[in-house]
Amino acid sequence: MTADIEIRNVSKQFGAMTVLDHLSLSIRAREFIVFLGPSGCGKSTLLRMIAGLEAVDSGEIAINNERIDHLPPGKRGIAMVFQSYALYPHMTVRDNMAFGLANIGVPGKVIEARINEAARILEMPHLLDRKPGQLSGGQRQRVAIGRAIVKEPKAFLFDEPLSNLDAALRTRTRIELAQLHQRLQSTMIFVTHDQVEAMTLADRIVVMNNRKIDQIGTPMEIYERPATKFVAGFVGAPAMNFVDATLDRSGKNATARFADGISVQTEIASSQLTDDNYTFGIRSEDVRIVAAGQGNADGVVDVLERLGERTLIYARLGDGQQIVGSDAGNSRVAVGDRIGLAFDGQKSHLFNETGRAWHAREA
Amino acid sequence: MVDRLATSPTATLAVGVRAPTADIYAPQWRNFIFVAPFLFFFTTLLLFPLLWGMWLSFHKADTFSSGNFVGLGNYARLYHDKVFLQSIWNTFYFALLTVPTLALIGLFLALCLNRRTRTAAVLRTLFFSSSVLSVTIVTLIWRIVFIPNVGLLSTIYGWFGATAPAFISDPSLAMIGIAIATIWWCIGLPMMLFLSALQQIPQDIYEAAALDNANRWQTLRSITLPSIKRTFILVIIIQIVLQFQLFGQAWLMTRGGPNNLTKPIVLYIYDTAFRRWDLGLGAAASEILFILILVAAMAQYLVTRSRGDQA
Repeated sequence: MTADIEIRNVSKQFGAMTVLDHLSLSIRAREFIVFLGPSGCGKSTLLRMIAGLEAVDSGEIAINNERIDHLPPGKRGIAMVFQSYALYPHMTVRDNMAFGLANIGVPGKVIEARINEAARILEMPHLLDRKPGQLSGGQRQRVAIGRAIVKEPKAFLFDEPLSNLDAALRTRTRIELAQLHQRLQSTMIFVTHDQVEAMTLADRIVVMNNRKIDQIGTPMEIYERPATKFVAGFVGAPAMNFVDATLDRSGKNATARFADGISVQTEIASSQLTDDNYTFGIRSEDVRIVAAGQGNADGVVDVLERLGERTLIYARLGDGQQIVGSDAGNSRVAVGDRIGLAFDGQKSHLFNETGRAWHAREA
Repeated sequence: MVDRLATSPTATLAVGVRAPTADIYAPQWRNFIFVAPFLFFFTTLLLFPLLWGMWLSFHKADTFSSGNFVGLGNYARLYHDKVFLQSIWNTFYFALLTVPTLALIGLFLALCLNRRTRTAAVLRTLFFSSSVLSVTIVTLIWRIVFIPNVGLLSTIYGWFGATAPAFISDPSLAMIGIAIATIWWCIGLPMMLFLSALQQIPQDIYEAAALDNANRWQTLRSITLPSIKRTFILVIIIQIVLQFQLFGQAWLMTRGGPNNLTKPIVLYIYDTAFRRWDLGLGAAASEILFILILVAAMAQYLVTRSRGDQA
């Protein structure tokens, strides 16, 4: 079973505080959607509104063209996996999974078959008769997912389900979730503040900031053509370099000039740009390390981060600005070296005062 | 303590190797000073009277002499004393009337008042406020309610032209009257224990239950009640221990009457030891009560120790 979900003009207030401000979003059937954003951006609230755990103040939510925002949570045909897993502590794993089905009168044989099938998918038949207190964090996580699977819901909602797991288990569970999505072909909505989870799992990412959706797009769209300065800074590690710049718009493409005279020829059409003061943005991997004097700017190496396959180089420009560049894993650069930084004009971005972004023409 | 210090591995290993590393967990006699004040009062006010009471219970004693050793003589006298046997029955009957009622009403109030509204907060305070009153005030209030002809109950019954039940003088109702006053007085503690247990149930379990289509009854039966099972048992045991010590209400409302029907064990002890000055017999009755309460307290210990299926 799967479903498309339509969110139209939804708002939410907690007292005087607006948490979500006229939000609209279409989720297609079988899509894996990730709500990504910092704490307090309203992503969990939006998920809980879809689940029915928070009331919708205005606007509407529809699943398969049927409005559900007035229905109680249990009648919406969705299943949710909580951050804390929210397993019933006094029930066995089997009873945890059976509870929701028994409540709506599903026959015992069907319940039994579904539990066995879910246990098989999640490789946990040996856990069925244990209680949550006897399980590890990763096993509880599986049970929580199993409890969702047996309901055969139209959509799965995940509220930061990986954040209580250790790093290794988180990576493994992430892959398993991706496989689960392929196997079940169900609509899934996943809330996280972890951009790696968002990039790796999502068909489309919904980046939320400050009560609104900043951008909806595939992971690579979000990464390569961020709609706002917030998205550009939030997605990607290390964060995108930002430098204040004035523009020379006399040519076909704009040239960005930094405070100390450094200039970078972008491939962003001058005709689109109306102002002279922008923030220039570029990702670390688009800043190559070259010999001093050979690039757009020279800098002195502050810090090196060796990540194995590449080396991140934090260089300080003449005016004190720090730029992160990227070099090969076996880079010979050392702290204190004077190096050149070559900016890739094709991969440069410009942001105006309101945070709106401009990018090079698509190749 | 001394043994552990002498055989401490750090102490032996350190000899001849290097300066011993200070073991911050090593026992030190001067730490005893910190517990000494408590131990002093515990010994003089609890332990010593307890042992003295046991000793007394094997002797024929009055205020003027600690008398002769009579072995189990006092206990044999109790066994044949109809008033004492009646008082044991009275105590059990009283506990039977109050303990389940307190637990159930306390649970019901807690379920009703476990919300964040101002009304609930005010009502919580109101229901708890009776607990801070002294037994004298409580019995005074309930005497005013129960008193024949002019009491509150009589007045209310009078409006409908009926006669109020005689809760203080009717032999079959007197204990029930004391139980009603006691429940009114003691309801605050069970309610608060249940409230704190209810508030410790994670909210997201209820959200999961809502997504699992559980209605209110299913949620109560399958989520709430199992989650507070241990508190329920705890409340029962605490109340058994407390209500077995009934004294003030019975003494002030009925003086144990009519015809000893509301005389609990503690009142029997008081009568025997401090009005008839038969200290040995009183001490023996105290030991019986002590054992009854000890059994309940041991049950409490066993229940709170087994943490079975808590997540």
